[in-house]
Amino acid sequence: MATHQELEPGGHAHPGAKEYVAVAVVLAFLTSIEVAVYYIDYVRPWLAHMLLVLSAAKFFLVAAFFMHLKFDNRLFSSLFVGGLILAISLGISLLALFHNLFV
Amino acid sequence: MEHAVASAHAAEHEHETSTGLDNRKLVMWAFLASDCLFFGSFISTYMIYRGRSPTGPCPHECVLNGVHYEGIFSIPYTSVSAFVLLMSSLTMVLALAAIQRGDHRGLRVWLLATALLGSVFVGGQYFEFTTFYHHGLSLSVNLFGTTFFVLTGFHGAHVTVGIIMLLSLLLTSLLGRLPASDSLTVELTGLYWHFVDVVWIVIFTVVYLLPA
Repeated sequence: MATHQELEPGGHAHPGAKEYVAVAVVLAFLTSIEVAVYYIDYVRPWLAHMLLVLSAAKFFLVAAFFMHLKFDNRLFSSLFVGGLILAISLGISLLALFHNLFV
Repeated sequence: MEHAVASAHAAEHEHETSTGLDNRKLVMWAFLASDCLFFGSFISTYMIYRGRSPTGPCPHECVLNGVHYEGIFSIPYTSVSAFVLLMSSLTMVLALAAIQRGDHRGLRVWLLATALLGSVFVGGQYFEFTTFYHHGLSLSVNLFGTTFFVLTGFHGAHVTVGIIMLLSLLLTSLLGRLPASDSLTVELTGLYWHFVDVVWIVIFTVVYLLPA
């Protein structure tokens, strides 16, 4: 069947429905782990780290596969990652300022 | 008539740029990058004032000035909402895959499914907000209420805008004005929708699950 997916310069073909469903299953699994560890008392000391890693993994999967950053031209990734870095820097700066992190 | 069609085709090909990339897609990514800062500010503000409210209600169980407050969050409820929004990202990307292979029926089914899942999420958020309000949490009662409602409220507004975009696409498709060659329109809407999803991935972790 003919497709209407035009490849951009530096881009690759997008995945198919099976790959998307597989990614969604992984996302659902990671979400269930997030919720499960929240209720497990003996992981409390590492809870924040575990949650941040799981959240970052979910973020990466959606951005890479559903938003096609893994397959599209790298300029799009650069734009988005640039915004993300600015936002994270802003957050760290504000937290440092209000919590006197570096004093 | 033929001249009009020819002009329309010519206009379609006028998007050639020095980068070889479609400007509309570049602009959407630039917008999403700027929206990162928008939500980054709100999430940072929530984290700065987290645990600094002199009075309840609190997100999780707490004691403030000798008064005990039950936690206001329902993690199982919000987990289901998060799952619903996550699955709407799947239906959105399936809608894009459908139009790219010229399957207009599939496109409409998946667009409708995405809009419905988005509506379930927004409806759930409305229920959550009203429940919190009845438990004494308002926009001005404490720092938690202010930062929580502003952050999640703006996210809910983004989801609502996304639903309107999805329904507009669905209507355009039903009117026969969304040819397979115009799949970029669906892709751009999808980018916005997935962005709203990734923002919720962060909010769900930072606001609901992360211990104070």
